[in-house]
Amino acid sequence: MTTLDSTHVTDDLLANAEEGASLWQDAWQRLRKNRMAVAGGIVLVLFMVVALLTPWLAPYAYEAQNLDLGASPPSGDHWLGTDVFGRDVLTQIMYGGRVSLAVGFIATAVALLIGVTWGAIAGYVGGRVDAVMMRMVDILYALPFMIFIVLLMVVFGRNVLLLFLAIGAVEWLTMARIMRSQVQSLRQQEFVEAAISLGLSPAAIIRRHVIPNALGPIIVYTTLTIPSVMLLEAFLSFLGLGIQPPQTSWGLLISYGAETMEEYPWLLIFPGLALTTTLFSLNFLGDGLRDALDVRGSKD
Amino acid sequence: MLRFILSRLLQAIPVIFIVITATFFLVRAAPGGPFDAEKVVLPEVKRALEAQYRLDLPLHEQYFAYLADLAQGELGPSFKYPGRSVNEILFSGLPVTAELGFYALLIALVIGVTAGVFASLKPNTRQDYIPMSLAMIGICMPSFLLGPLLVLVFGIYLEWLPISGWGAIPGDKILPSITLGAAYAAYVARLSRAGMLEILSQDYIRTARAKGLPEWLVVVKHALRGGLIPVIAFLGPAFAGLLAGSFVVETIFQIPGLGRFYVQAAFNRDYTMILGTTVFLSSLIVLFNLLSDVAAAWLNPRLRSQFSGGSR
Repeated sequence: MTTLDSTHVTDDLLANAEEGASLWQDAWQRLRKNRMAVAGGIVLVLFMVVALLTPWLAPYAYEAQNLDLGASPPSGDHWLGTDVFGRDVLTQIMYGGRVSLAVGFIATAVALLIGVTWGAIAGYVGGRVDAVMMRMVDILYALPFMIFIVLLMVVFGRNVLLLFLAIGAVEWLTMARIMRSQVQSLRQQEFVEAAISLGLSPAAIIRRHVIPNALGPIIVYTTLTIPSVMLLEAFLSFLGLGIQPPQTSWGLLISYGAETMEEYPWLLIFPGLALTTTLFSLNFLGDGLRDALDVRGSKD
Repeated sequence: MLRFILSRLLQAIPVIFIVITATFFLVRAAPGGPFDAEKVVLPEVKRALEAQYRLDLPLHEQYFAYLADLAQGELGPSFKYPGRSVNEILFSGLPVTAELGFYALLIALVIGVTAGVFASLKPNTRQDYIPMSLAMIGICMPSFLLGPLLVLVFGIYLEWLPISGWGAIPGDKILPSITLGAAYAAYVARLSRAGMLEILSQDYIRTARAKGLPEWLVVVKHALRGGLIPVIAFLGPAFAGLLAGSFVVETIFQIPGLGRFYVQAAFNRDYTMILGTTVFLSSLIVLFNLLSDVAAAWLNPRLRSQFSGGSR
């Protein structure tokens, strides 16, 4: 038993060393040449670090108000100005970014988990199970989800957790389709047949052989899903159906900013800049990854 | 072709049915009755109201009664505006939203296709990079940010255009239409560029060029038809997106359309209105997906077999 396991592990390692690693190195080389993608990646890492360290980095406390000051344009004390309550805009944007990024990443993770599992099972089992599972995806695809999310937010109150789940539940469908087609083509490969004849369980085969090989398209699609999720969150928050005060997010800040933009345009411009910069970076990184990993896009 | 249309139609029916059922039970599962917020109501009055809205019946009877009403095109009375039916409210908003959506789509198609085709003719040159960078900005600039920014620049600083309303002052339709259409112009530009690039590398294009046809004729007569199929197929999902976008745009510009009514109904917890609007909008979207799939298939018979699924 141990010998069988160890040979298998060595085989895997060898396979990785010969094929997998060079493929990833290749992709990395190509990605590095794409300046926009690299810039996008750097900006994203920067934003994520700031988001993680916000409680220590923020120049003011989140609740800190200065009613005497009121709304003031950018200055030395408040780099991005203050809002009508005298709250520091930079601080607000940093805390809002935590929420916006968290929604983007967590909802995408939910979508990834459901989509990959669903697609892998459908593609691997095949036959009638596959037909039924994918028919369900087809039907869900045709549902107008934007309207449904608005409905869900109304019916169940405006709960952040629910927001994560609702958005994740929308975005898993394409992921499932991509995963299924990957698995279907991988199933025919000889190394999978070899694994089957060695007696590996389907779950183990999916985990060890199928998922690592289907990783490219999944990474690309994940990177492109995050911005669309973040847009959705901002859209809902703008309408007042998403993140609720006292919490804040970029969408909510933009909606406040739009109300008072005539007098205090910086309240609209800076949160807007934060959101668009992030979306830009994610899209450029996603496009760059698609080219680097040589994935034929199903997104557009 | 007929079989394709029929099979897509057969797929659309269960989707609409699921929408109706899911919406109905979701709305009924919502916490709090629609009359809870009112001042203290006499028990008799409450009972009379409940009878009027059929809330006194068991749930499944309510559901079947609702289906029966729907079959006759009747969406029921509004909870919030007694005396007005959901039908009335919907049909007062529909022409406005339809007009707004039409202008937005027109902007998206004219600008998007022009930019995309233009870019595809000289890939990886400045003629490609400039429109495509603009398209990327369009995609990353959500309507709820673009709208206020346009208002700020053209409405408030330059004072060129009115900042709200619909059809009251000349020119007040321009900013909302641009706000709603911009992102779709960007998507259409990317799609038509990709579609044209693929078609322009085909053999029959080389043949057309070898025949000595002028380049514009090759593009307009031979390449466009195939190159724009992705754009046609995108129209269905774009329609759904435009409707959702109208929620935001109509709120920003205070336009009395469907989208604004839906958001208001959501805030007021006007349950019959939410239910009716959701069913109505969803059916419209499913119908449009169907139409755009059929149109895409009509342009390209090869698509027929591929199009087993719908699209959002």
